[in-house]
Amino acid sequence: MNWNSLLVLYKKELADHLRSKRFVIVLLLITITGLASIYSAAVGIREAVSQEGNTFVFLRLFTAAGNSIPSFISFVALLGPLVGLALGFDSINGEFNKGTMSRLLSQPIHRDNVINGKFLAGVSVIAIMVLSLGIAVGAIGIIMIGIPPTMEEILRLLTFFIVTILYISLWLALSHLFSLLFKQSATSALACIAAWLFLTIFVGLLAGVISNAIYPLDNASTLDVQLKNSNLELMLNRISPSTLFSEATICLLNPGVRTISTITLDRLIGAIPGVLPFSQSLLLIWPHLVSLVALNMICFAVSYIYFMRQEVRA
Amino acid sequence: MNKNVMIKTENLTKNYDDVTAVNSLNLEIFEGEIFGLLGPNGAGKTTTILMLLGLTEPSEGVATINGYNTTKESIHIKKMVGYLPDHVGFYEDMTARENLRFTGRLNNLSDNEIETRIDTLLERVKLSDVSDRKVGTYSKGMRQRLGIADTLMKDPKVIILDEPTIGLDPAGINEMLDLIADLARKDRRTVLISSHQLYQIQKICDRVGIFVKGKLLAVGPIDTLGEKVFEGQPLTLELNVEPVDERLISLIQSIGEEIKVTSDQNQLSIESIDDIRKPLLRILSEHNYKVLFLKQRGRDLDDIYSRYFTGEE
Repeated sequence: MNWNSLLVLYKKELADHLRSKRFVIVLLLITITGLASIYSAAVGIREAVSQEGNTFVFLRLFTAAGNSIPSFISFVALLGPLVGLALGFDSINGEFNKGTMSRLLSQPIHRDNVINGKFLAGVSVIAIMVLSLGIAVGAIGIIMIGIPPTMEEILRLLTFFIVTILYISLWLALSHLFSLLFKQSATSALACIAAWLFLTIFVGLLAGVISNAIYPLDNASTLDVQLKNSNLELMLNRISPSTLFSEATICLLNPGVRTISTITLDRLIGAIPGVLPFSQSLLLIWPHLVSLVALNMICFAVSYIYFMRQEVRA
Repeated sequence: MNKNVMIKTENLTKNYDDVTAVNSLNLEIFEGEIFGLLGPNGAGKTTTILMLLGLTEPSEGVATINGYNTTKESIHIKKMVGYLPDHVGFYEDMTARENLRFTGRLNNLSDNEIETRIDTLLERVKLSDVSDRKVGTYSKGMRQRLGIADTLMKDPKVIILDEPTIGLDPAGINEMLDLIADLARKDRRTVLISSHQLYQIQKICDRVGIFVKGKLLAVGPIDTLGEKVFEGQPLTLELNVEPVDERLISLIQSIGEEIKVTSDQNQLSIESIDDIRKPLLRILSEHNYKVLFLKQRGRDLDDIYSRYFTGEE
């Protein structure tokens, strides 16, 4: 009974998303940018391989920036939030404004099924989008560079897709929250865009300003102060999910990355240059993954509680 | 009519911060009747309905429908009660049929049952020929009729309609009222209508309750309602006779005590405590006055309406 109504709501939301113009626009946007970045990376890959050695060439398709076009992962980090926000910014207040919410809630369903169904459907749409785009882009990459991915590369890519789904879902959860907090869809859309700009752009700027204010740097700064400054900036930056995502993906897709915090040169003495195995890369970004999952859960839990306690009348 | 109580509220109260929207409401609605909950805007009608549906928790008191507690057993309630909200909304880019199908699925009906019900219901609300058009293209009247079909998808025992005639043209209102009347008369469902359109709704109601500022002033069949609301207040008769003279006025005053007569040309208005229409008419005919017009004021719907429903906040 409970499952049945959840399934009905889930199917309807899924169908709504897939048929909506908004979804088509967002899909076109990320497909075009994704293809463009892969194309330019593939074109420049010969040069990159000759310079940096030929391990994990396939993964470099996703991380290498072309002449004028940024890399695939930086596009995903920038535009992924837009996908999540576009899917959810009017999910709850839109139903209230259309007058469908009271009709929906007067059916014999549990109220939480409404928000669960909406969130699950949104996550499914995101998963479909990420996986199909990722696989399409990978396939084009194989055709263009003629090198098939190794098993480890496939594993790393799949993990990358999962992290991407988590990352975009987080923005979906955030937009659900905004659609509950604000009565008007336009207001929640604006709030979503504001949050997006703040977290993807301004956090980075502010982090620098704040850490420089607390640990001022000049020519005479000690190593200790420099380290503290840099660590603080890093931690502040990690408030933003896009930083978490960028760090996680760069470790996943570039096995050469051995650390994501600031280290001194003397710590590198004696280190054997080489790549990390998949499990070690994963270990490196484990806190990032946990944070992404936790942020998802916090956002969703807050909206869940808020929705359950909300008055039905507008 | 067997008088099974279908909807019952005991001291139902809802406070919003420091505003009391509904103030210890005691109400009984019987099976198979059409009950009109009438009151001006902001009287607390919608809040009452939301409490009956279990969509809002009462601050105090209990409401039951068919014996089920509306707060604690809200799933049972929602299986049994169809609700048409005011300003009902549909998914605009879905057809009427798809909207109803969705409602049917949420009510856990089988696919066959859903399709048969959709066909009969759309027939009944006269939307069969537009059933595959998107609801976005529907007029207000069509939406409202689709709303009725939507509430009937679950084959409810009780139907609650919130302002069902709002924003409809006169033809639409009549169509709507006929549909609603049929729900009780033909299908033997219990119907609760909330409205501020006193005149439209009273035509089809068995009983009405006058609900003002969170309080129920009076309950009963519409023709006895004036008596209850205005109990103890003087009645006014408007009388138009030929000829009007001094003798007439003293004759009228001789009927009983405390009768005030004021005249304005041929128009007399008579204030009294009791209903004096019978003796008045007898005297008038005995003395060969010609009655042109006689109307009792102060006890009828007009007075309820002008007193509670117009402009007074």
